[in-house]
Amino acid sequence: MSEITMRVWRGDANGGDFESYTTERSDGEVILDVIHRIQATEAPDLACRWNCKAGKCGSCAVEVNGKPRLMCMTRIDTLPEGPVTLTPMKTFPIIRDLVTDVSFNYVQAKKVPALLPPPMPAEGYRMFQEDVERSQEFRKCIECFMCQDVCHVIRDHEENKENYAGPRFFIRHAELEMHPLDTNDRRDFVREEAGLGMCNITKCCTEVCPEHIKITDNAIIPLKERVVDAHYDPVAWLGRKILRKTKTSATDAAVQPAP
Amino acid sequence: MTTIETHDYDILIIGAGGAGRRAASEAQQQGLRVGIITKSLLGKAHTVMAEGGMAAAMGNVHSEDNWKVHFRDTMRGGKYLNNFRMAELHAKEAPERVLELEQWGALFDRTKDGKILQRDFGGHRYARLAHVGDRTGLELIRTLQQKVVSMDIDVYMECKVLKLLKDSEGTIAGAVAYWRHNGEFVTFSAKSVILATGGAGKSWKFTSNSWEGTGDGHAMALWAGSELMDMEAIQFHPTGMVWPLSVRGLLVTEGVRGDGGVLRNSLGERFMFNYVAPMFRAETAETEEEADKWYDDHSAGRRPPELLPRDEVSRAINAEVKAGRGSPHGGVFLDIASRRSAEFIRRRLPSMYHQFMELAGVDITREPMEIGPTCHYIMGGVKVDAETAATKTPGLFAAGEVAAGLHGANRLGGNSLSDLIVFGKRAGEGAVSYIAAGGGSGKFKQSDVDTAIAEALEPFDRAEGENPYDIQRDLQDMMQANVGIIRTGDELEFALGELEKLSDRVRKIKVKGGRAYNPGWNLATDLPSMITVSKCVAMGALNRKESRGGHTRNDFPEPVAEMGTVNFTETSKDGKWDGAFKIEARPIPTITPELKALLEEAK
Ligand SMILES: Cc1cc2nc3c(=O)[nH]c(=O)nc-3n(C[C@H](O)[C@H](O)[C@H](O)COP(=O)(O)OP(=O)(O)OC[C@H]3O[C@@H](n4cnc5c(N)ncnc54)[C@H](O)[C@@H]3O)c2cc1C
Ligand code: SF4
Ligand code: SF4
Ligand code: FES
Repeated sequence: MSEITMRVWRGDANGGDFESYTTERSDGEVILDVIHRIQATEAPDLACRWNCKAGKCGSCAVEVNGKPRLMCMTRIDTLPEGPVTLTPMKTFPIIRDLVTDVSFNYVQAKKVPALLPPPMPAEGYRMFQEDVERSQEFRKCIECFMCQDVCHVIRDHEENKENYAGPRFFIRHAELEMHPLDTNDRRDFVREEAGLGMCNITKCCTEVCPEHIKITDNAIIPLKERVVDAHYDPVAWLGRKILRKTKTSATDAAVQPAP
Repeated sequence: MTTIETHDYDILIIGAGGAGRRAASEAQQQGLRVGIITKSLLGKAHTVMAEGGMAAAMGNVHSEDNWKVHFRDTMRGGKYLNNFRMAELHAKEAPERVLELEQWGALFDRTKDGKILQRDFGGHRYARLAHVGDRTGLELIRTLQQKVVSMDIDVYMECKVLKLLKDSEGTIAGAVAYWRHNGEFVTFSAKSVILATGGAGKSWKFTSNSWEGTGDGHAMALWAGSELMDMEAIQFHPTGMVWPLSVRGLLVTEGVRGDGGVLRNSLGERFMFNYVAPMFRAETAETEEEADKWYDDHSAGRRPPELLPRDEVSRAINAEVKAGRGSPHGGVFLDIASRRSAEFIRRRLPSMYHQFMELAGVDITREPMEIGPTCHYIMGGVKVDAETAATKTPGLFAAGEVAAGLHGANRLGGNSLSDLIVFGKRAGEGAVSYIAAGGGSGKFKQSDVDTAIAEALEPFDRAEGENPYDIQRDLQDMMQANVGIIRTGDELEFALGELEKLSDRVRKIKVKGGRAYNPGWNLATDLPSMITVSKCVAMGALNRKESRGGHTRNDFPEPVAEMGTVNFTETSKDGKWDGAFKIEARPIPTITPELKALLEEAK
């Protein structure tokens, strides 16, 4: 059994410092295992979040050597030799140790205009696999908020938070925009309130997504095209949206937009 | 004492998994003021971890399917300890509840003709589980989260309820809680409370449950005067990961078997053919050829034995390992690699593929997985009325995993997610009608709040004492060893004695650090619930002198007819976590002739 040293940020809004913990480790362990061992022995008050321990809930994101990672899915043996540095996500205000206040994201979630489906036929909607797949990609999101953490628009500019939804919610808008049942017109919102224009497609968000969602290519870029189209040529947008609906549902009235 | 933050609601919902959210949206829709409390962030409850799917007899894949078959399967899976009315309502209402989710944005995988696709699971006669790959729970929780958010329901996140509060009449009046982020206390007054706190698997060493599964709702209901029922019925899911040690217990979805995966021992044998109980023989394949035909065409052969109910499969795995035919790390092999194409596996089971690749370094499209039973689900829970989800305590309702009845002695896979939406809605309606009929006063006794707070703070005051993590570890080791998948009377007696010793240690906990986001302190507040629940499980197990469903006694290896006619219920004598509990055998109500006929038909 070998040893591992973790340099963990300990502190709160009033400041803090790194604390080093050296513990044993066994084969196949992930960072969260080591943190749990530290909690069970030296530091029972070391604050961190976790739930599923299997990359499914998105609770345990922290910055590992400066990059956001899920603690439960990062095996120690994949990291470079030497001490591992753990810090809380930088974009969000710290609560304590590795726990941050992620309420920014819940505020953004509240602003999203809801799905507006046509009335449901008694036997349910008909939708086809190829039509649901695009939105399904975005619904894989586990809300770890690591993409939000790396996005420079809010990471380095607190003042932008007010008017910027961030990549997590760009995919949410894209999901709804491409949802076979949605009839809501969300163009103005995306352009004016969500701050899509501030994104300059650096792709940092896509790189960190643990669900491998192609945030930029499949959501942000198509969304930008739609919003820009809509802005300059509403008829073209309408054509696109209706085309999408008819194409997805030529055989079934259930997914036609409400007249 | 300084003044405490207080909130007032018509209905307070404790728990933001599927059941809590479905209850909340129902109640708010009917015009009541609703608040939801969750001890983690919104969207992180156990429901998010569910993989395989949600059972509903929609008949999209096999048109022969209908509520009657689903009812029968549920009762048989539960070895007839189930509340038949709950099983009936569940089977009848699940399809509508699932369809409704699509109105709120859920996108399930589709059949060729554009309906919701359904997959095969253990114990379900037909392909019945609506799903999205192997992340169905995420779809359910996100859909309901977005619904709750769009309805502007108040949510208190990372706020942990310590105790339920009652008024001077003994009617539920609210709850006292504390905020994780700063350790401050908060009270909620309410005319009615719905418990949707999920399960209790964290008391076992190898479990698929997270830190949240400490059975708080079970315990709080008992302390408040409600009855717990069937607590001995714990589901050990047959397929948990066994290696690396650090992920031992992590779930491997039953969908692997539903999609063609088979179990093999170290000799390479498909051993499940040797473990088909008489009750299931008529409908289970006898040879590998017959079983393999079934996957493509359910009328061409009978079901593969890998898809027997979970209790049967877990016991079989246990027996193979005991007989020395286990895998290198003490499990058996689950093999889908040799049976399905890599492309199929990655498309149908993407998160299993990643889970094994990243955590175990195993490519499941090329190699078998090593798996073994893991503590997964508690069938037992708060005894409720089938129609309204009301408990014995006036004003208190319970739905989801915290409630008992639907699943009897063993739950079928996929029946939990549908349970959440069927009985979540019913609990919401139940609380609304209760309030319409007068409801509670919401006037809790301040002295109860003071006591709860003083108890919670005690561990800070001691100069020295026990580390809560040490107690948790010892509790888990002890429960795993003595109240695990195979039980004996001696071990259960021993366990009850050990629980008394552990209680003594809980009373001596010393918490280090401050109150703000302190996991050690949080664990100290969990341990009383964990002890209460563990004790109820051990007492139930000791009294059920037979083997049935999720409860297996080495000293009583067979089912006993008379035991099949009773449920064991437990109550608290003094409302204390370390107090005395009473256990009683209660006759199961007589099933209606109509429903009985459905069970007979199937025999
Ligand atoms: C890994 C895994 C896979 C599964 N797969 C399937 C599947 O494929 N199909 C299926 O049907 N079932 C499955 N199950 C079972 C199913 O997911 C759970 O039984 C179900 O999600 C429980 O839902 P719930 O709403 O009752 O509670 P949960 O989702 O567990 O939510 C409980 C809520 O209560 C809150 N809470 C608890 N105590 C307190 C307290 N003291 N104060 C404040 N809040 C509190 C929690 O924070 C949480 O919000 C699976 C379970 C696991 C663990
Ligand atoms: S691509 Fe856009 S959203 Fe993503 S990190 Fe870069 S700026 Fe932010
Ligand atoms: S899009 Fe990916 S990185 Fe962003 S929150 Fe969702 S899962 Fe995390
Ligand atoms: S604990 Fe759930 S993603 Fe890490």
